[in-house]
Amino acid sequence: MPAASAIPTVRVQAEDFDPAREEALLTAGRRDIGAVVSFTGLCRDEDGTLAALELEHYPGMAEEEIGRVAHEALSRWPLVGLTVIHRHGAIRPGERIVLVVAAARHRGEAFAAAEFLMDYLKTRAPFWKKERRTDGTDGGWVAAKGADDDAAARWDRD
Amino acid sequence: MKAIYFAWVRERIGLSEEEVAPPREIETVRQLVDWLAARGDGYAAAFANPKTIRAAIDKAHVAPDASIAGAREIAFFPPMTGG
Repeated sequence: MPAASAIPTVRVQAEDFDPAREEALLTAGRRDIGAVVSFTGLCRDEDGTLAALELEHYPGMAEEEIGRVAHEALSRWPLVGLTVIHRHGAIRPGERIVLVVAAARHRGEAFAAAEFLMDYLKTRAPFWKKERRTDGTDGGWVAAKGADDDAAARWDRD
Repeated sequence: MKAIYFAWVRERIGLSEEEVAPPREIETVRQLVDWLAARGDGYAAAFANPKTIRAAIDKAHVAPDASIAGAREIAFFPPMTGG
């Protein structure tokens, strides 16, 4: 079976997820995987000033767009398995926000695919973060960073 | 078509979605933004800087010069900050 036929798992949910369980699901019963790269994005406390992030999303498009990015990754690297989970709703410091697990025969493609997915997710997936501060004030919407656009642009093809 | 708004675009307009019926001469996303911006103060504030507005037609990203012909749902939002 060609590796490129891997079917990505994409979930957009309010609930937490278990990275170890997701990795185990990707590798269970397989002997052809040589590398699994897992990235978990967490909510920082911003030096104690952040009470929570409110993650707004575009239902339907969020799943579709992550699916498009996942299929783009599968077309670029011979991945054996791929899981992407992104949460929405209120997320407090220390809690998980996003998970990418890329499984491949070799570590190079697993690392590259995971990094590509995160760079693209940050600039293309329809999610927006609003800050709630520990002093009770509204911290406003998090502004998009030019550095994230630059990180995504390095994957552009000529 | 249905217009839907997210994040500070939604807050400034004061609506999460609405039905809009732009006149025939409104053909592109950019023209629709200008047409919406003229509907009131909230819209004007939301679309004050078109460079910060992203759009999606039927749940796929589109450029400002994209045609809105046949669109069922058009969404406007700020640059994404997920991940």
